[in-house]
Amino acid sequence: MSELKQDLLSGNDAYARGAWEAGVTVAAGYPGTPSTEILEALAAYKQKDLHCEWSPNEKVALEVGAGAALTGARVLVTMKHVGLNVAADPFMTLAYTGVVGGLVILVADDPGMHSSQNEQDTRHFARFGKVPILEPSDATEAKDMMKRGFEISEQFKTPVIVRSTTRVSHSRGLVDLVDRELPDTKIGFEKNPRQFVPVPAFARQMRVDLEKRLHQIKDFAETDSINRIEYNDKSLGIITSSTSYLYVKEVWPEASVLKLGMAYPFADKLFKEFSENVDNVLVIEELDDFYEEHIKALGIKCDGKNFVPNIGEFTQSKLAVIRAKYEGKEAPDLSPVAEATGLPMRPPTLCPGCPHRGMFTALRYFDCIVTGDIGCYALGVAPPLSRIDTILCMGGGFTMAHGMDRSPEPKKVVGILGDSTFFHSGITGLCNIAYNKGASIIIVLDNRTTAMTGHQDHPGTGTTLMGDPTACLSIEKIGEACGIKRIFSVDPRDIDDNVQLLKQEFEIDEPTLIVAKYPCVLNDKSVWEEAREIDEELCVSCGNCVSLGCPAIEYNGDIPKIEPLMCTGCSLCENVCELDLIHKQGEEK
Amino acid sequence: MSNTNSDKVTSVVLLGVGGQGILLASEIMARAAMHAGFDVKTNEVHGMAQRGGSVIAQVRYGKKVYSPLIAERTADVLASFEKVEAVRGAHYVKPGGLCVIANTQIIPTTVSSGLCDYPKDIDERLAKAFDNLSLIDAQQKAVELGNVKAANVVLMGGLSVGLDLPLEVWHEAVKTSVKPKFLELNLKAFEEGRAMTLASQSAGV
Repeated sequence: MSELKQDLLSGNDAYARGAWEAGVTVAAGYPGTPSTEILEALAAYKQKDLHCEWSPNEKVALEVGAGAALTGARVLVTMKHVGLNVAADPFMTLAYTGVVGGLVILVADDPGMHSSQNEQDTRHFARFGKVPILEPSDATEAKDMMKRGFEISEQFKTPVIVRSTTRVSHSRGLVDLVDRELPDTKIGFEKNPRQFVPVPAFARQMRVDLEKRLHQIKDFAETDSINRIEYNDKSLGIITSSTSYLYVKEVWPEASVLKLGMAYPFADKLFKEFSENVDNVLVIEELDDFYEEHIKALGIKCDGKNFVPNIGEFTQSKLAVIRAKYEGKEAPDLSPVAEATGLPMRPPTLCPGCPHRGMFTALRYFDCIVTGDIGCYALGVAPPLSRIDTILCMGGGFTMAHGMDRSPEPKKVVGILGDSTFFHSGITGLCNIAYNKGASIIIVLDNRTTAMTGHQDHPGTGTTLMGDPTACLSIEKIGEACGIKRIFSVDPRDIDDNVQLLKQEFEIDEPTLIVAKYPCVLNDKSVWEEAREIDEELCVSCGNCVSLGCPAIEYNGDIPKIEPLMCTGCSLCENVCELDLIHKQGEEK
Repeated sequence: MSNTNSDKVTSVVLLGVGGQGILLASEIMARAAMHAGFDVKTNEVHGMAQRGGSVIAQVRYGKKVYSPLIAERTADVLASFEKVEAVRGAHYVKPGGLCVIANTQIIPTTVSSGLCDYPKDIDERLAKAFDNLSLIDAQQKAVELGNVKAANVVLMGGLSVGLDLPLEVWHEAVKTSVKPKFLELNLKAFEEGRAMTLASQSAGV
């Protein structure tokens, strides 16, 4: 890795590369699309002086990062946008205490909600927490701004947010590679309660210092090349950032552009200078009117959200439509071809062989409410399973079940969580149910991995992010320690047994914990069996197997057929076939 | 070597269903362009959206590329791993752009559960939606070659017919993108796909 070279990297690989080159020695995070691959890529460097870990949740990760940064180490903490909500408690005070070694919090937003439950704009968090935030637009800038982030963090003794988005994280581009260089900082925690212990007497001074620091960073934002003006035709000046900058360069190649790399603190002088030098100002920012509101507050006349939507993700096509609207011209045609009318939708589904399908099928036998959670099992909401009734946030599957159960709601309630989610924020909910004398049935769909984000380890898998064997926490024993008495370990594929168990537990007025244990078939191919096939001659098309919603079972109104290339041999369809017409391929019938 | 000095940006759309190997295909495409000396950007879908749903990947290359995304009706070429998905994304390709489509139908769960139908006239729809269509048995060819997973590389071989990149850069890209033990299979898959599309094109003239 000594010579200067270039490679095609995703934004996430580029963030990891930037952190590696910047000499990061501690990295922590919790998986969440679109941020997940960063820590995986960083761990893959197998750098001896670099510790990478999956923390149980984002709050833990940020606290781990804060501790490490106070020793002088450079630290990266990664999460998706909603993860910062979980980490908000340490985040809001970390700006007060500040850091010693550089601390970058990589937060990946998901405009358009490709893989998320909301579309929150992390730039608000930067202002809320009084922390600078950088916004790279592509993989090249992802690496560069990651490195700048550490410099800025150390220069101003502040945590820095680097805000990614789905399109930055998952787009690839050419990135220059250089060597890893450790920063010239002394490692060793230096006792200083006035800086690191925000008891009220000290925190009040920290609060004053925080404002001073923010002003210094504002001066930096107004003078550093991280924010830049590209003067061109001065009849229109566009203020933009992140991927919107890329689309602006495609759609308005002739316009002058103020390209913001640091979204906060606001570079007021640049806003003023730019607006004085162009005839018209248009603010193009994805999601909220973060810049626009401030620019207007400065007394600068501009267009923005009166033309540009504050919902959803941008593309250059959307901006081309906005340009047409802005100029009063006819918009380009973005519509699908005529032949695409009436095509069947193809939403994401639980994979063939997914063990969650078994438990959802068992739950379909009951008129109960199922409070779900964040993970692959969220896909249990889709027909034909339709067995998730609510989702709110990580951990909410347990706690909302208890809330419903304690309300006058007459129906029985089942709360569902995954194994990684259990360690993330399920345990406190379980404590609450036992402590407050709940009676809901709580199911952990334990597929032995963090599946949705691409199979990351967690405290229940027995392996660390670095690939080392480690303690493997037992969900059942944790349940016991939380005060749950009725605990059952089951195989989610045993539909009949699980229906009987649920029936029994619905009648009992105390909490039940069911751990439905079977590996994600994408992660553990050792459980795969021969593909199943349907005896087409005898099949009466009753629909039992089709109602599993398995993508490997294709049914076009005639006789269902199992696609052998997709089938993992999970045997669920065999279990639900009342005529016993589904067998292993080639097996005697 | 191709002309890397022109300002022209070439856009490639790849369509299919999550799990069909589209990420690898887009990596090969992008690396071929990189080896030819171009600036490259790609975009792919990960996470929730990947689980068996409609998937689109986009690759753009040229002297300087800003956006990784492709505007409707501007893609130079299109490859689709599934027929319905091809029609769903047909509006990305510009008139006359080569469209290489695998002769594969994957029935979505929405059809299996009776919510909608897989169009019986899909082949007619393809013929109407694409004016430069190469429908190839990519999956069958990959099975013949010994691994159904190579269907994506068969398709990339077909796609290469519509792009002005030298064969060496494609070979180099396949080499850097697949595991060594699968290299020979994939190079063969690439050649077969290229031959199939060349044959279908000369048959169409």
